Order: sequence, then structure tokens, then C-alpha cells
Amino acid sequence: MLTLLFILFGALAIGCALAMVAQRNPLYSAISLIGVFISLACLYVMLAAPFIAAVQVIVYAGAIMVLVVFVIMLLNVEEEERSPRRLKFLVPLAVGLAAILVAEVTFILVTVQEFRVTPATGAGDVGITHSIGSALFTQYLLPFEITSILLLMAIVGAMTLARRSRKGD
Amino acid sequence: MEPQLSWYLALSAVLFTIGVTGVIIKRNVIAMFMCIELMLNAVNLTFVAFASFFQDVTGQLFVFIVMTVAAAEAAVGLGIIIAIFRNRESLDVDEASILKL
Repeated sequence: MLTLLFILFGALAIGCALAMVAQRNPLYSAISLIGVFISLACLYVMLAAPFIAAVQVIVYAGAIMVLVVFVIMLLNVEEEERSPRRLKFLVPLAVGLAAILVAEVTFILVTVQEFRVTPATGAGDVGITHSIGSALFTQYLLPFEITSILLLMAIVGAMTLARRSRKGD
Repeated sequence: MEPQLSWYLALSAVLFTIGVTGVIIKRNVIAMFMCIELMLNAVNLTFVAFASFFQDVTGQLFVFIVMTVAAAEAAVGLGIIIAIFRNRESLDVDEASILKL
């Protein structure tokens, strides 16, 4: 049963990711990316991480993608035109890199297979909100605070960048 | 047969590969930005898979922090994209070959 679900959501994620790269219209790419996020959230639920799954849907599929779609519509982006690209070596480079990474995937599948670990299905309290919260506010408090400073810097930086500069600046 | 750890790692590697390929071949800066988000998500899947299979909460905390960084990156990155578009009237990265606005 879990295997069927893994195949379903994994195939959905890969298919949506391929569609995202293949699309020329950025808006369709954004919709495909939301599909990837949703199927990854389903995989997180299968991995006994319901809190991360909820945050994935809320933060990624909700906040970040709304921001991206908003910018796409604000800038009124047209489809990519088929002008000759300036850096012609990029497509063979992309194919070569993809081949290397696929070789790594086969290596993982061959090697890690012998690495037996017991899968966690429901048992234990690793994924629930309580354990994440208590670890976040005791042992990992410093990264948490640094992250909040990072968010503050991002707010200030985004305002500075997107502000319309006054005349004479 | 239950899903193994290696299956999740392989799926994550495939998604990361698609993201890398997209960043390299795409020319629209917003599409490249979305491919970067895809790569971040592939790494998140690895973290969650390890956290679940090793019964350790640390991986999920890393995912939490990565999501925050991605949100900050989205805000700043889209601000940069708007600034580029305002100055050049184009989102093609080949056009924006000079760092100066």
C-alpha cells in the first residue's frame, strides 16, 4: 500500500517537475511547481512528518508561490521567445550534468540498498509538533534566533530593492 | 515491500537533477528562480527521509530552517527581479549581463 502511494506521489512529483522545466509560460511553470510541492507534502505525511507536511503546504504552496504568481502577473511576463541563445554550450552542459547525477542515483540505489534501517511508520514521536517545538526552543535556539535575524534582513532588503527610487538619487 | 530509504534518496536526486537542468537551460529569470525552489525541496525530502528512518528530529528542524531561508530568498529574489525588469524591460538573463542596474 505504502509502495503504491510512494510510486503515485513520486511519479506525480517527477512529472510536475518535468512539466515545469518544459513549459515556456512562467505561469504554467508556477502551477506545475505547486503540484510538486503538494506531492512532496504527501510524501512527508508518509514519512511520519505531519508538521513538516502542513508547513510545506502553508509556506511553500501558499506564501512563496502566491508571491511568485503575483510577481509574474505584475510584470505581465510574455512567453519566452525563441531567440538564439548567447551561451550555446549550456544545453550540452546541462545534459552532461544530468547524466552524471543520474549515475549517482543508480549508485545510491545499488549501495544504500544494503544499508538496512527500519522504516518508521507511525511509531515514535519524531514528527509531531511537540517534539519539533521542544527541540527548536531548547537545543537549537541559536539557529532559530539567527533565522529570525535573517528574516528581518530579508524584509529590509526586499523593501530597499523594490522601492521606486526618488528623482535625483 | 515497504518504501526503502534509497527510494526516497533516488527520488530526491532525480528532482534535484531536474532543478539543476532547469537552472542551466532556462532563460527567464523567474523560471530559474522556481527551479532553485525545486532544488531546495529535493534537499528537504532527503532531510525528512533521513529524519524518519533514523528516528531523529534534527532533520526536520533543518527542513524548517531551510523553508525560512527559502521564504527570505523569495522575498529578496523577487525584489531583485522587479528591479531588473524596471531597468531593462526584460526578464531574459542573457540581457542582464552587466551587474550594474
